[in-house]
Amino acid sequence: MKNHYDLVIIGAGPAGLAAAVTARTFGLTTLVVDEQAEPGGQIYRAIEQARDDNAPVLGKDYFQGLSLVQQFRQSGADYRPEATIWDIGRDLKVGYLADGRARQVRARYLLIAAGAMERPVPIPGWTLPGVMGAAAADILFKSCDMIPQGPVVLAGSGPLQLLVACHLVDNGVDVAGMVETNGFGSYLKALPHLPGALRVPHYLLKGLGMRRKVKRAGVPIYQRAASLRVEGNTEAEALTFEVGGKPQRLAAAVILLHEGVVPNLQFTRLLGCRHIWYPRQRYWKPVLDEWGRTSVTGVSVAGDAAGIYGAKIAETAGHIAAIDISFSLQVISEQERSWAAAPLRRDLSREMAFRPFLDTLFPPAGEALVPPDEETLVCRCEELTVGQIREAVSQGGLSPGMVKAYTRTGMGPCQGRMCGLTLAEIIGDCRQIEPDGVGHLHVRPPLKPITLGQMAELELVE
Amino acid sequence: MLKRLHEDDDRGRVTIEFEGTRLSVPAGETVAAAVLAAGTSHTRTTAISGQHRGPYCQMGICFECLMEIDGVPNRQACMIQVRDGMTVNRQYGARGLNDEKPL
Repeated sequence: MKNHYDLVIIGAGPAGLAAAVTARTFGLTTLVVDEQAEPGGQIYRAIEQARDDNAPVLGKDYFQGLSLVQQFRQSGADYRPEATIWDIGRDLKVGYLADGRARQVRARYLLIAAGAMERPVPIPGWTLPGVMGAAAADILFKSCDMIPQGPVVLAGSGPLQLLVACHLVDNGVDVAGMVETNGFGSYLKALPHLPGALRVPHYLLKGLGMRRKVKRAGVPIYQRAASLRVEGNTEAEALTFEVGGKPQRLAAAVILLHEGVVPNLQFTRLLGCRHIWYPRQRYWKPVLDEWGRTSVTGVSVAGDAAGIYGAKIAETAGHIAAIDISFSLQVISEQERSWAAAPLRRDLSREMAFRPFLDTLFPPAGEALVPPDEETLVCRCEELTVGQIREAVSQGGLSPGMVKAYTRTGMGPCQGRMCGLTLAEIIGDCRQIEPDGVGHLHVRPPLKPITLGQMAELELVE
Repeated sequence: MLKRLHEDDDRGRVTIEFEGTRLSVPAGETVAAAVLAAGTSHTRTTAISGQHRGPYCQMGICFECLMEIDGVPNRQACMIQVRDGMTVNRQYGARGLNDEKPL
């Protein structure tokens, strides 16, 4: 492990691994820093440890990650698992914690491949134990060979919700219902994007097949559900909701919420990269050129941290970014860069044709963006409600930073990761403007908790 | 809240102590998963109002799984794998300056 690298990559998911493999073929000294114990990211989580008896349920899309992980293992890239990044400077010095010690490493070039997170779903009662993200349940399946003890209710929308529902059904979990917040309206809106989606028909077929499987398993599916609410005193007991104005109640021990995934922007925000608002899926993403370069010199992004496109595109984008970085570091010529990237670009445009359809078919539910119930907790850490945030806006808190100063929203341990988007949506709703005009919470170091002692013992690099 | 799909020793087992109870769990599990599989649903109470909370994201984002692990408070239980002899306790309320806890 060195103190200086040509390239430091944040994240060992498909984008980061692919970038490392390509960077090594061009001879760049490369370090991959990742928070998890094993390479693969969340999509290929714990893939090297996957049990044979779980293979049929995990499916062949999951095992596509195995060859990538193997290539990475053989690439000669240095790898620092179980490492938590707490700071990155504009001088591309990356501070991280590993084995309980703070360390620092300097990059000539930085690639952020930090992936995505599930969009928080603030509904009444979502803080009760027993409520989790749907993807969280899948992480437990992949990494710990565990399933939720039913009855389980899935609520929200998105392709990942379907996939998780299939995994639960295949694993024999008692699924009391799949409550979908989208419905016929989203199908109509998605229709114009169908021709693009048909360029990659296997995705469409996979989606339809997953839905059929859930139905055939006898899981009741509720569409166009609204007014979702988790009931319970000290833990989740039931999900209540309305369909066409008619109240419904499903008793559940575990409730899995999902309204899509959003880019992890902790690093690009910290570095001051420019971001733009993506209205269709209502998230921000970094502004990038065709090579993945951000507005900050020496910093590129690849994979879902650049906008949600899924694992296959992340992998291709990782290769392309690493080719460009090799050009930036004067290892290859501009002509060589074009040649190397050309076949990858063709894959990319075909795969990307599916996304407008998907993004329109599964819009995040309005009530998950701006919760209608004033009592709903938005900031889980500091326990602040929609009503308290609206009150702060009415007193002149026109930006997330001001509301934070008035109320402590976003000041708890999660540092606004769980409330940031909702906060911007609520302020936007109060001011009748898009979150775009409201702005986002500032991200400052330390990104994750570090003790004073650990910081004091840090050995600085040149 | 959670259960293991297979009860075998493929990855070996380790013993941890959760709230004074010894648990034999498969190696490689996260602390958060191991305690949820032991039948508990909450892993901390909040600093503000003492509400029960449990792990939400399982990937280091939400900080709801903060627990006291080997005497150190504020550890993300979903990001730490079980180790033999580990002591795990729920984290109750806010940390105080006078807590006699090693840093």
